[in-house]
Amino acid sequence: MIRTLPCSPLYKAGYRVYIALFYIFLILPLITICVLAFNDSNFIALPWNGFSLDWFLADTDDRLGLFKDPDLLLSVWTSLQTGFFVALFSTIIGTIAALLFEEENFRGKGLLYFLALAPLVIPGVVLGISILLSSTYAGTYIEDNFGLDLEFLSPSFWLVVLGQFSFGATYVMLLVGARLKKFDRVLEEAAQSLRATQLEVIWLITIPFLRPAIIGAFVVAFLISFSNFNTTIFLIGSDPTLPVDLYSRIKFSSTPVLNAVSFMIVTFISLSAIISFVINRKKQ
Amino acid sequence: MKTRNGTFYLLMVPVLLWLLMLLVIPHLDMFFRSFRFETDDGLMVFSLNNYLSFFEDKIYWLTFVKTAVYSIGVTFLAFVVTFPVAFYLTKVVAKKYSSFMVLLLLIPIWIGELVTIYGWMILLSDNGVINNFLIRIGLIDTPIVMLYNNFSMTIGLLYMSMLFMIIPMMSALESLDDSLIEAASDLGASKWTIFRQIIIPYTTPGIASGGIIVFMLIIGDYVAPNILGGKSSLWFTEQIYNKFLATFNWNEGAAFGFLLLMLSSTIIWIALKLTGQKLERVGS
Repeated sequence: MIRTLPCSPLYKAGYRVYIALFYIFLILPLITICVLAFNDSNFIALPWNGFSLDWFLADTDDRLGLFKDPDLLLSVWTSLQTGFFVALFSTIIGTIAALLFEEENFRGKGLLYFLALAPLVIPGVVLGISILLSSTYAGTYIEDNFGLDLEFLSPSFWLVVLGQFSFGATYVMLLVGARLKKFDRVLEEAAQSLRATQLEVIWLITIPFLRPAIIGAFVVAFLISFSNFNTTIFLIGSDPTLPVDLYSRIKFSSTPVLNAVSFMIVTFISLSAIISFVINRKKQ
Repeated sequence: MKTRNGTFYLLMVPVLLWLLMLLVIPHLDMFFRSFRFETDDGLMVFSLNNYLSFFEDKIYWLTFVKTAVYSIGVTFLAFVVTFPVAFYLTKVVAKKYSSFMVLLLLIPIWIGELVTIYGWMILLSDNGVINNFLIRIGLIDTPIVMLYNNFSMTIGLLYMSMLFMIIPMMSALESLDDSLIEAASDLGASKWTIFRQIIIPYTTPGIASGGIIVFMLIIGDYVAPNILGGKSSLWFTEQIYNKFLATFNWNEGAAFGFLLLMLSSTIIWIALKLTGQKLERVGS
């Protein structure tokens, strides 16, 4: 059953078939979308009517391709911007949180760490509505009492960023914290004995050590933001992010342009995954 | 205890702000909002009406119970489907293939739920790939209805969540020493005995943390039940969504959100107690 133990050919073959079926199950929806993105048809599914690039490039009455659709391009741009800011804020605060929980000891640390992990066990929908409720409440309160209209407290671009950041920081904290656990404390002590202040130690010794994890966490936070729907849907203002836009198109006006967008996402993710895989392998 | 220096506060303040402003206060606010009720005169009063309407209307608590039962069921299904894969990738397949096969598992995660669920919608539709294939090979004459029911919803929930279980199970399996299995096998233990008495107890931490992540993703999901499920397969998140974005009854929506949070927390708490795990370990 394991590499070193012999087992019957039937068992071995059966196991392999299962694994193959599993991978087919995994890849089937992705391949389907990618192929159908090039279908010369006005419907999202089969039959296959021949190859066409219409759903990328066309600009006719009944077909509007991905690159000619300003609404779709705008939602891609909104998602890219959202992802960038969410990744930036999450990386900063998540790293700070990792440093706080690994380096410092204080009363109530357990409770605070528990709270920082809470987004893992709060449904995304609940996070979305609770932030929506409290920010609208705060917004009305501030407007009534101080006459200030703070736009980011009502559903808008920045409220989406805040909402996604609230759980993005947790993932960064875990990724950076895992690397920090492998950090050799002797390095810090050495720097301290050479009279570096604690802040200098963190900035000059600890952060450079953490750099690969921080970069990785930034990418992860970006991807989490880019694909998030459950929290985002409650917080968007007038400009939808890509998942929200795709969702409303799937529900109300599905054309094969959806396949084209999906094709772009699938290709981009797969290529970046393979490139990073090759680079990592070369390093070893 | 040593006196606090500036660095401590520099780390502490941002983390406190994050946790208080985006997690603690919004959820407290949601909790208080769930007891607010607008009377016929337009006055806001403290009341249990929001919770009463949940129990009075059958559709609400039936959806609630169904969501709970299905979430546990699909989590278990995810374990059954993915455990052999996790085992294969850590213990059976040659090491040179395993890293590439693991990479393939990550791709659907990063592509994001919306695109993959959309892919399943195309696969399962009447004009979809599976129906076309079955008709072509002559197994059926008319398309089978596979979409917009509990079956398609289960497939979607399984697909989007199961991969999150493989990674924690693999890291638990990696630390399992092969010689334990060899020794048991030498002493004449059957595969089933080895599985039950060595492998499962040893990987329980990985199964528990993977299971909790998968369960959370399923119970808090909106996309798969809404796109792939039909009228008959309502999900509790859909009820919350309707309260907020269709009927605009935010107070009742807050009560529903709080009920969902209680439900997921209770089930996870029971799961942690049963397996003897701590939440702190789920994160790692």
